[in-house]
This record gives sequence, structure tokens and C-alpha cells, in this order.
Amino acid sequence: MHNPQLDANGKLKHLLTIEGLPKKILTQILDSAESFVGVAERDIKKVPLLRGKTVCNIFFENSTRTRTTFEIAAKRLSADVINLNVGTSSQSKGETILDTVDNLIAMHADMFVVRHGQSGAVHFIAQHVPDNISVINAGDGRHAHPTQGLLDVFTVRRYKPDMHNLRVALVGDVLHSRVARSEIHALTTLGVPEVRVIAPKTLLPAGVEKLGVQVFHDMKTGLKDVDVIMMLRLQNERMTGALLPSAQEYFKTFGLTQEKLSYAKPDAIVMHPGPMNRGVEIESHVADGSQSVILPQVTYGIAVRMAVMAILAGRQAGGGA
Amino acid sequence: MQLPNPETLLAEITAKIQAQLQPNSALVGIHSGGVWLMQRVLESIRQDIPFGMLDAALYRDDYARRGLKTEPKPSNIPFDVQDKHIILIDDIFYTGRTTRAAMNELFDYGRPASITLAVLINRGGGELPIAPQIVGANIALKPNQSLQLSQDTKDKLYLTLEANDA
Repeated sequence: MHNPQLDANGKLKHLLTIEGLPKKILTQILDSAESFVGVAERDIKKVPLLRGKTVCNIFFENSTRTRTTFEIAAKRLSADVINLNVGTSSQSKGETILDTVDNLIAMHADMFVVRHGQSGAVHFIAQHVPDNISVINAGDGRHAHPTQGLLDVFTVRRYKPDMHNLRVALVGDVLHSRVARSEIHALTTLGVPEVRVIAPKTLLPAGVEKLGVQVFHDMKTGLKDVDVIMMLRLQNERMTGALLPSAQEYFKTFGLTQEKLSYAKPDAIVMHPGPMNRGVEIESHVADGSQSVILPQVTYGIAVRMAVMAILAGRQAGGGA
Repeated sequence: MQLPNPETLLAEITAKIQAQLQPNSALVGIHSGGVWLMQRVLESIRQDIPFGMLDAALYRDDYARRGLKTEPKPSNIPFDVQDKHIILIDDIFYTGRTTRAAMNELFDYGRPASITLAVLINRGGGELPIAPQIVGANIALKPNQSLQLSQDTKDKLYLTLEANDA
């Protein structure tokens, strides 16, 4: 099957989704990210790889954190960065997505980082751009958020290097979460043998088992002996209808408290993609506790995004081996 | 062509490096061959010297042609580069472009007092005004030849010479 993310030589051309990406490419991204972690710890936090390239952050949907980490990543690679909050610009004047994109192509942008509220919108843009431009999906609707999935598995690998011997649980709003989908694909591709999802039935997509996960509806059995707990944000803005009785009720059953954390292995790590709803999906005590790796996730997110951009820009240059 | 024994050359450059050491010296190996050599040098001289390793891949001038290596190795300079006398170690000196990239990267960690380049073999063909100060052997090779330093399972060094006639 043709994978629009890969070029004729099997090299990464766009990063749109983790689904269908070969393990070799995932590992290449994670290994490269190791090199970029060190860059942030130096006096001069910059390498010259993308000097003279222009990276365009096009956000049709707001996200301060994701946009900022992409911007820092591009700047640490020495690229010039342009941020477009399209929600507040031309689209409100009636311009179509492709007109917006065509204008940026005419300005000789080299790479687009795109977030859009609709699933598939980023694929659509990737199919439209000329061959020398790479597109990175920074989140599209409920579909995918590949760099978040990658930074999450990078964080897991850093704390629990033996991926073939892990039990990972995703907790919460799987239905609306593009992060959950990307995480599940990344974990299973990298050989994690047991991935669980823990959520009320109303927050699970139909047929979620087909993604290769085990389904649980209560925290006690679901968290038993897990090594990694990935909390998901309750996506209030994406909820339509009454899927939950109340935030308090949700916290009581599915919120991660110190007590529920004790069901997992004693050295289990706690992750959250942010932004957190403290007191809804996670207790403050746990979020700030010794098992939490939520802030390291943010730090690693920059290294992983640098790795993705560096690999894509390397291909653009027409590079062979 | 009879290739020299890299173990003999290593002993020679180790002696020369040792003669150059000052109180403020530090060793930096360039991945991968340079790091092996640096580790062997450290074992022989038995002195407590700060050391680090570089993979200058992120600073190379041919990134635009070759892209990012598929297996990059993280750089790690765990000491303060500022005002150090750095001995930069690489296995084979050819165009000088790796050295340039490594020097650029080093300067992003701080301002060293000096940099000395030590290599096992200088194969000739420099393209930049850069030359090694400490050399195990000079061997003139043609551009289509490729000389590679490797390590066997017992960490013994050996050289392989390949001609690419294509």
C-alpha cells in the first residue's frame, strides 16, 4: 500500500501519523532525539542543521504548548520560524485552506507544521504541497498527534529501556484523544507486549480492541502491575452530549490518586500530555509527585521535534544514505 | 599495499599525547573510531583527565547532500570546555571537514584555550587549511580508496582498505 508519508526510497517525507510507520523509522527518530537532548543542556543551545530554512507553524486550532515547543525546536536547529494563527487571520476573512497554503509556498517556506481541528486536514495539505516541502502533523481532529506519541514513547524508553517487557496503561478519554491513538500505534510498533486502556464505556471508541489493546473499566484491575501510566486529558471542548455525569464523579472513578497509583508497580511512572485538569483526571499530589515524569515529557518533546525536523530536512536536500 | 598495525600506531600517538599533556588538558574523541582511540589512550596514560565525545553530524557541511545519519551517537562533553587545552582525537584524517565540524561544535560548549588534533593516520587529500599535529602514520591514498578503522570482539584495532572502482 502506498504510504503518503514515505518517498520512493522509503525515507520519511511527511510526518502525518504513526500508524503504518515502519519500526526502523520510529527507532531512527528516537535515536536521533538522543543527540538533541544534549543540545539543550549546553551553553549555546543551537545547531546549524536548518540554517537558512523557513519553518511555518500553521495553527488552524489554538495550542500554545505544542506551537511553542515546535518553535523552540525549529529555532534550536537554526531555522527561521513563522507562526500563523489562522483562526485569527485570513480564514476569518474567507480564505480557503489551500489558498493559505499556496501563499506560504509562494513565500518559499520549506516545512509546514500544521494543526487543524478536522481529522484528515493535514493529509490533505501534504498531498497538495510540492515535493520539496515537508508537512508535520501537529494534531488533526481526533485522528493523530504523532510527535506527542513519539515524545511519549521516547520518555518511556528513557525511563524503562526494556520496551519488550512492559505493561502500559492509558487512562481516560480515549474516544476524543488523538494522542491515545498515536501512543497506541507507537507502543505496539516498538514491541511493547501489553497495552491497556482504562475508561468508562462512553469514552471508548467502538472496536478499540482492534488496535491491539486490552480494555478495562475500573482502575483497580486495570492498573494492577503496570510499569507506565499514561493519563489522558478530559477533552471538554470535544465532548458533545452527556457522556459523563460530572467531573467530580469522573475523578472519583478514574482520577489518578495516590491510592489508585499504589495498584501499579512501585516504580511505575506517571505521564500526562498536558494541559492537565488537576482534580479531574489527576490529583495534584500525583502530578507533582516523585513518580511523575510530566515535565521531562515537555523537555523531551523539543528533542523529538528537532529529530523529526532534522530527518525531514535531510531528505528534502535530496540526500541518499 | 602493506597497512601498518594500528596497535603500534596507537602506542606512538599515545606517547606523543602524553608528552603534550598540561594541567588543563582534556581529551575529546570523535565517534566512532576517535572514541575507541581516546578510551585506549586513557587506559594507557592512567591519569585523571576530563574527557568527552563528539558526533559532529549536526555540524557537517554535507548534511544538505547526505541528510542525517541513520544511527547518530549523542555528543557528550561532561566538563567545562572554557580555557581547556583540548586534544581532539580522530582515527583517519582526510579532507579536514569532520575536524571543522567538530571544532564548531566544541566552540558551542565554550572557548577552549587551544585545540590539538591527534590522528592515527593522515591519508592526505586535505581540502581545508587544517592539519593534524599528532600523526601515527602518513599514508597517501587515492580518492577512490576508503580506509576504515574497526574493532574486533576483543577490542583489538584493525584497518581495512577498500577500492571503489565504480
